[in-house]
Amino acid sequence: MNRRRIPWLYFTVPRNFYWLVQRLVPLIWAVAAVLAVAGLYVGFFVAPPDYQQGNSYRIMFIHVPTAWMGMFLYALMAVYAVIFLAWRIKMADVMARSLAPTGALMTALSLWTGALWGAPTWGTYWVWDARLTSTLLLLFLFLGYMALYAAIDDREKGARAAALLALIGVINVPVIYFSVEWWHTLHQGMSISPSGGASMAPSMLAALLLGTGACWAYCAAVTLRRAQTELLEREDSTGWTRTVSTDDAPPAPRGVAVPTGRRN
Amino acid sequence: MKKRHKRLTIILGALAGLAIATALVLNAMRDSMVFFVTPSEVMAMSEMPERSFRIGGLVEQGSVERDQNSADVVFHVTDTDKSVVVTYSGILPDLFREGQGVVAEGRIDSNGTFHANKVMARHDEEYMPAEAQEAIERAGHPPDAGEGY
Repeated sequence: MNRRRIPWLYFTVPRNFYWLVQRLVPLIWAVAAVLAVAGLYVGFFVAPPDYQQGNSYRIMFIHVPTAWMGMFLYALMAVYAVIFLAWRIKMADVMARSLAPTGALMTALSLWTGALWGAPTWGTYWVWDARLTSTLLLLFLFLGYMALYAAIDDREKGARAAALLALIGVINVPVIYFSVEWWHTLHQGMSISPSGGASMAPSMLAALLLGTGACWAYCAAVTLRRAQTELLEREDSTGWTRTVSTDDAPPAPRGVAVPTGRRN
Repeated sequence: MKKRHKRLTIILGALAGLAIATALVLNAMRDSMVFFVTPSEVMAMSEMPERSFRIGGLVEQGSVERDQNSADVVFHVTDTDKSVVVTYSGILPDLFREGQGVVAEGRIDSNGTFHANKVMARHDEEYMPAEAQEAIERAGHPPDAGEGY
């Protein structure tokens, strides 16, 4: 295609993407580790106990980032689904498929940590209020996407069906986000909102944002790694995958024949 | 129109249609999607529901009476306008206290007394250090816990 006119399509070429990720992922892991250590330190040792809940509120430093990531990853997956359905860009499908398991993990973690917090605070692990129910639906959408993709033998057909499901389910994301505003829920309202700022102490907010950064970096790292694996599997018949070894080999410059066999 | 632009138009059009349909359905189901009703909403009902439902609001200041010999407790749930008497027998959650949010599940009798079989505390979205809360109380400005209702 006209790659010279639109240079940002360069990384939609599997081989170029593979080597970009190969270089990026160690950096992203480092960012995740630093932010996680900083976030946990601030969360456990700097942020003070809450005036009502004492120490149990600290679970929100994991609960809120994972809940946000669940919604964010689903929205991202839907964006890739649109790109795949409209432009038929193969890499968009690879990215959408790679996001789903991590999104499911984040959503499951937010439900689980929420239940652990709900038991002492509300007096119940689970209620069927709008926020909790729509978040459970988000988990099922992630799992449904993965199941639908895997259930159809023809990869292209499976990819399209799953992308369509991802797209339909994206309606649920704003419903989750605004559920606490639209209906009476047991779940409390937004502590951090675009309009109202944050109703918590600065050190609590710092721990929350550091945790969010750590979660984001973790999700980016594992998703990109999964996309790499998916590419190696799909592109098995093409030449470039054979240049990949466990060592970091540089990408072959354009116009130069791709060497085959392991590089040592 | 290029083929991919046509596909994009179809996708975005379908998504917009789906969004509108969802909005209409959720709006129609507004009443059945609330987790609890407020005392004012209960008072406004023409007849008291016989089935079990949930009532939510704040535990009225000074209304909690505990029985010394059992786990029975009586309190008022208020939305600062109307209030409903709630009776309950059992263990209350940690966050149950006067002035804080609460959701009770049970039935209402003909006298308007709500017999709860489950009581849940409802937390508001404020988080602050204990010292800040003490400072606010010393200054004589209690935080209004009624926000968010």
